[in-house]
Amino acid sequence: MSTLEEHYWSCSRAPQLEREHSSTSSAANWLASKGEEMMSIITSVLGSAYSSLHRHRTVNLIRRGLVLFAVGVILALVLNLLQIQRNVTLFPEEVMTTLFSSAWWIPPCCGTGAAVVGLLYPCLDSHLGEPHKFKREWASVMRCIAVFVGINHASVKLDIDNSVQLSLTLAALSLGLWWTFDRSRSGFGLGVTTAFLATVFTQLLVYNGVYQYTSPDFLYVRSWLPCIFFSGGVTVGNIGRQLAMAGVEKPHSD
Amino acid sequence: MTCYRNSNVPRRLLGDCPVLPNGRELTPPSATMLREQLREKISAAFYRHGLLCATYPVPIILFTSVSILTCCYPLLRLPLPGTGPVEFTTSVRDYSVPSREPQGDLGERPDWYQGPPVAYIQQVLVKAAVVPWDNSLVPVDVFRSPLGRVFSLLDEIRNHVHTDSSGVRSLESLCLQVADLLPGLRRMQSVLPEHGCLLVSPANYWQNQRELFDTDPNLLKTVQKHEPKGLHTSATLRDLLFGVPGKLTGVSHYNRKRVVTYTISIVLSSYDASFLGSLRTRLKQLHPSTNCTGLMNERMVHVHFKEEIGVAELIPLVTTYIILFAYIYFSTRKIDMVKSKWGLALAAVVTVLSSLLMSVGLCTLFGLTPTLNGGEIFPYLVVVIGVENVLVLTQSVVSTPVDLEVKLRIAQGLSNESWSIMKNMATELCIILIGYFTLVPAIQEFCLFAVVGLVSDFFLQMFFFTTVLSIDIRRMELVDLHGHMRTEDSLPATKPSPLRTRSAPPPPRPLPHTITLQTPARNLRPPKRLRLVYFLARTRLAQRIIMVSTVIWIGILVYTDPAGVRTYLAAQVSEQSPLGDDGGGGLTPHLEVAPVFRGGDPTSTLTDRLAPDPTPLPDNQPQGPPDSKAEPPPHSPPAVPQITWGAEDEEGWRRLSFRHWPSLFSYYNITLAKRYISILPVIPVAIHLSPQEAIEGRHPQDTQHPMPPIPKVAADLQPDLTLYKVAALGLAAGVLLVLLLLCLYRLLCPRNYGQNGGRRRRGDRPCDGYGYWPPVSEISPLLLRGHSMDIECLASDGMLLASCCLAGQIRVWDAQTGDCLTVIPKHGRRRSSSMDCWVNFSSEGPDPSLSGDSLSEDEGHQVRHRTTPSRPPLFKDQPDLTPLIETNFASTPTCPNAARPTRDGFHYGDLVADAYMAHKPPSPSNFYSPSSSSPPSTAPPHSRPSFGDAFDVTPPDLGGGSVWALELRGNLIAAGRSNGKLEVRLWDTTDGRLRCCSEGVSASGITALAFLNNRIVAARLNGSLDFFSVDVNKPLALLQYRGTPCRAGVPMSPCYSSEDAISCQLTRSVQCAHQKPITVLRAAAGRVITGSHDHTVRVYRLEDSCCLFTLQGHSGGITAVYIDETMVLASGGQDGAICLWDVLTGNRVSHVYGHRGDVTSLVCTPLCIISSGLDDLICVWDRSTGIKLYSIQQEAGCGSSLGLISDSLLVTGGLGCVSFWDLNYGDLIQTVYLGPSSDGQGVRQLLVLNNAAIVCDFGSELSLVFVPSVLEKLD
Repeated sequence: MSTLEEHYWSCSRAPQLEREHSSTSSAANWLASKGEEMMSIITSVLGSAYSSLHRHRTVNLIRRGLVLFAVGVILALVLNLLQIQRNVTLFPEEVMTTLFSSAWWIPPCCGTGAAVVGLLYPCLDSHLGEPHKFKREWASVMRCIAVFVGINHASVKLDIDNSVQLSLTLAALSLGLWWTFDRSRSGFGLGVTTAFLATVFTQLLVYNGVYQYTSPDFLYVRSWLPCIFFSGGVTVGNIGRQLAMAGVEKPHSD
Repeated sequence: MTCYRNSNVPRRLLGDCPVLPNGRELTPPSATMLREQLREKISAAFYRHGLLCATYPVPIILFTSVSILTCCYPLLRLPLPGTGPVEFTTSVRDYSVPSREPQGDLGERPDWYQGPPVAYIQQVLVKAAVVPWDNSLVPVDVFRSPLGRVFSLLDEIRNHVHTDSSGVRSLESLCLQVADLLPGLRRMQSVLPEHGCLLVSPANYWQNQRELFDTDPNLLKTVQKHEPKGLHTSATLRDLLFGVPGKLTGVSHYNRKRVVTYTISIVLSSYDASFLGSLRTRLKQLHPSTNCTGLMNERMVHVHFKEEIGVAELIPLVTTYIILFAYIYFSTRKIDMVKSKWGLALAAVVTVLSSLLMSVGLCTLFGLTPTLNGGEIFPYLVVVIGVENVLVLTQSVVSTPVDLEVKLRIAQGLSNESWSIMKNMATELCIILIGYFTLVPAIQEFCLFAVVGLVSDFFLQMFFFTTVLSIDIRRMELVDLHGHMRTEDSLPATKPSPLRTRSAPPPPRPLPHTITLQTPARNLRPPKRLRLVYFLARTRLAQRIIMVSTVIWIGILVYTDPAGVRTYLAAQVSEQSPLGDDGGGGLTPHLEVAPVFRGGDPTSTLTDRLAPDPTPLPDNQPQGPPDSKAEPPPHSPPAVPQITWGAEDEEGWRRLSFRHWPSLFSYYNITLAKRYISILPVIPVAIHLSPQEAIEGRHPQDTQHPMPPIPKVAADLQPDLTLYKVAALGLAAGVLLVLLLLCLYRLLCPRNYGQNGGRRRRGDRPCDGYGYWPPVSEISPLLLRGHSMDIECLASDGMLLASCCLAGQIRVWDAQTGDCLTVIPKHGRRRSSSMDCWVNFSSEGPDPSLSGDSLSEDEGHQVRHRTTPSRPPLFKDQPDLTPLIETNFASTPTCPNAARPTRDGFHYGDLVADAYMAHKPPSPSNFYSPSSSSPPSTAPPHSRPSFGDAFDVTPPDLGGGSVWALELRGNLIAAGRSNGKLEVRLWDTTDGRLRCCSEGVSASGITALAFLNNRIVAARLNGSLDFFSVDVNKPLALLQYRGTPCRAGVPMSPCYSSEDAISCQLTRSVQCAHQKPITVLRAAAGRVITGSHDHTVRVYRLEDSCCLFTLQGHSGGITAVYIDETMVLASGGQDGAICLWDVLTGNRVSHVYGHRGDVTSLVCTPLCIISSGLDDLICVWDRSTGIKLYSIQQEAGCGSSLGLISDSLLVTGGLGCVSFWDLNYGDLIQTVYLGPSSDGQGVRQLLVLNNAAIVCDFGSELSLVFVPSVLEKLD
């Protein structure tokens, strides 16, 4: 998760920069990324089917990682789009091409981050010896994802001039997310760590000029970025825990 | 402070409690005290409320619906969501460009009306006609020359220069200069202006060049060329260029009005009133339109366009909705144990949606106008409000005791969850209130909606959902009541006459249990795949979807009008109008005269543009809009086209698609989203052309090839043909649909769907909870009848089947055919007169008083006939008391020399025959063993008479014990009795002989038997273990053991002939194998495993009866043990734990807890271990890791029997049915109902035979279920 959201803030700027010279390779990139996504989905499905036959820990781990990776990629694409559409409202062809051509490396990065964080959460739980038992069900996980998307949506849609106010609002929302769906100390700690590391990583990236933010107000990035990272970490951790639990005990007692 | 803690059920009896019940003084009120009091009060209130809701369901639902509708009523005033533009009209005269700064004083001015518009649109509406119409003219003349006039008009407009005091202005300086077209629009490049002024007119089709127009042989083709194919809802190029809707232009062959309408749209970037005024004057001067005074050229309309929703915006939205639906799905999946799961899920969703609507409605009512995009925030609102509460409510209500009244259940369920519901709601309200104080307007509005939504959701949960739930629970109770009644019907019948106890099997459990067990009997569901199919089949979803899509398809067909149906229909309508005669009359000369007078110069050719003579039609002008074909002016000679102007011409753009202007601007990468344009009043231009001009403007081809299709014929024939075409297409589509439906129906529903439905009543078979009854399975079990009482023991060696009922009778069946091969009555005598061997050792005298109670059975009929009466009516009512009577049998002589052959010593043939003839109650006859012929068999005191046929009369012996354990190998049957006797019988079907040898060692009952190779292991109640070896004294090699029997393979049944003498020798007796009764005994792979109540498992070696290991690890008695040839030992105990052991080393491999209660059954596959427990859970564990793979919650009381047919096919017994499961996925493959009614007994024992048949005891009957179809399905 550490890199799940760190790039799409740049994409609102990046598409405009790259729109001119990327039109030719956009189709190929688009195909490639779609293919990659499809492959990940297929492999995850195959993995789940395979592991239903041979459930070993490693297979289970790989399967979970793949699912988390797919989740990360999809979330990155969607939230990326959420950012882009602020500047581009018309001409869907343009948006599609820019979305899939501008920064192809963002979704895989986000997916990898999501896989790492999502696998780390249950691992940490088991190491700490305090299994997470609070609201362990898929409905709650779905609710968590929806709230996370909502926080992103809010961060995009809210027109607040005062960035401090926005940051505080989003921080409160993120804390509310954690309190509603997690409530574990390890989750909080890991979320904070994720937010910190990801923010530092983003700072480094921006500092080195990989991309930039439209209106940075916190060193080089936006000040509410850690909040988004935190809530993203909690969300992916939630998914990861649920997957880990579902891997052990198939939710089949309906 | 805990004064109410114990008054849990009726919590309404609350009041002040100054002194605690135990007399202690009231503690000073503390925070916890307050909290507790609050909690109790809330709980009491909820209890009362639940009672109320469950008592008056219908009024409350009505009340709720009325309040929902009332609260939603303000929503009617809201504009429909969408991207429709908003208009604002100002006057042209005092128009000034609105300032950018918002001015608060202008109340009616919308907030978007700020700053200059994107563009001003000036339309020049041209109506041209050839007057007077000449019959010599061809249809092309209707529009060719009028269209040609557009070029001169364009020149006029382009070159118009207005000069006044402020300078010289031309169009170039005022118009909107456009740059490049979008790259994706190359095909429009030739049509739309690429640079310069944005000025669109029909002339763009010909690149604004008159020469191209003149040389164009087919104008219509040129126009049609650019039309998009397929469905088009937004503005087409034709609409863009003509500026009026396509059907109003009049550019077609069938233009009856003969007036051509088009516009020249000028897009201006700045507004100059004087220039436009001069242009208007100039155009009017050139083309004076006589009666356009009705046009009020004073209104300027500003159109504001909403933000557009593109694909890019839709993707996140769709994602949000997908997440929302997943959330709702996962939530409602948890609803269980109710009558109608889907009904409740629907109620939950309705609750949430209605609360949202109520929230918006209430907010609107109190003056808050929603500014947020409803579609965007809606999922978040749903997520915030959530459907958790209703689920919690459902689960709480469902988990209340079933035997309570519905009202009380609802009330209790509500009251149990009241505290948590209130707490959650308070928390959410607090969070939302905090959000309200963020002072961000959007968040504030969201929070406001959420708060009102939460409150109304709470209201709906309390009133709507609770009531629906009470109705649902009541429905379920009714179903249960029926089941209850059936059970009770049978019971009172048995009680008055104890003699009937045998006919009706005693209920296995007390009555209340029976009820509760039946309750969830519905929950055994087919897998999701099947459920989906059932759902489709039940709702006829496929049919409906196809129907709807057909309607849509036809609608699209009509709308897009590929075959000109609409034109034809319009023509039909106009012909059927009252003036149709005139129209027809107008056409007739056109049709007939035109060829005649063609080329002739009509007299009226001289009329030129001044021709519009208003005098013939003085009263037509106000009404006859040129485009309303349904109302052509009355009495107007159609030969004279008349150009009239109406109010609708004033704002002709209104009839265009609202996407018209945005799409025009979007071609130049100008977005109108959230901006507005100002549309200036049109400049009307009427052009009248003389026929001479029209003829002059003709293209040479015009007269040639478009002529042959004479308009009338074309108008009649061509649409007719298309109509036929459409009809034929529709018919074909219909036939195809019907065929498709048939195929679908065939596919979805099995062949015997509905055929066997009549046999079973609806209530008899468990339904899937959706009201749809699964089709009758193709597997019909074979019922093996013959036993008079419940079957106690069951044994099989794969090919044969032995069963023993409570009456002590042993029957041997052929597992292939279901034939009863032999019947061994209690004493081991056969009914057959050919029985030559009779060994009976009875240590006690017969009790004549009981002889009358003996039951006869029908054995003459071999099973498998459903028509066979199960027993003769003569003895039907007589109870069998003998198995219930247990006498001590201490005096049984133990014969050490057990190896001696049995000899036939006694013939009872005459006696039996006499008794049979007399057909009277058996006379007490003593059968003492007169000889020492069979000393090996220390005969068990088979006190019961055999129930062979009526002639088989035996004095009952009270000393006999019921059979507790049974084993079968080939034609050897080993039966362990409760009195400690082990009988080994040899039976033969060919000659009907029966040899038996019995042996008894101790008086303790044999609880378990294992028959492996030629050894029999008997476990006894006192914990001792006896090892016997069975020898057959035959010189020839008759023990044809071919290796050890494996689990799935064919067991090597030894074949003994009837001449053989069988000896059963006690080789070793382990007296204190266990401290407590041995409960389970298994033997495989040369090991004997015993499990006992003393929490230990012991492993013995079969050969030398040596105890190898004592496995300790369970904290409860052992209830199940499994061992197979691969030396994997699993044991399950009363503590719910399952242990895996290594038989070679005695180590415990893994130890898992899986059940809340006894583990009742254990089987293993090479991959996994399947366990079932008293908690009705079937758990599947990974064999190597001990990780639980998944668990299947079965219906309650469905028995615990498990069987493995193959490595991936599990069979479990249920209430009157057996279910087949796919082990790989945990899916239910099929459920086979054993009897016509499902309220029968549960399947207690289940054996898997070789031929993929399973046998299970089902009351007094055996059910043989062949499962080839299941196997096929699995493959």
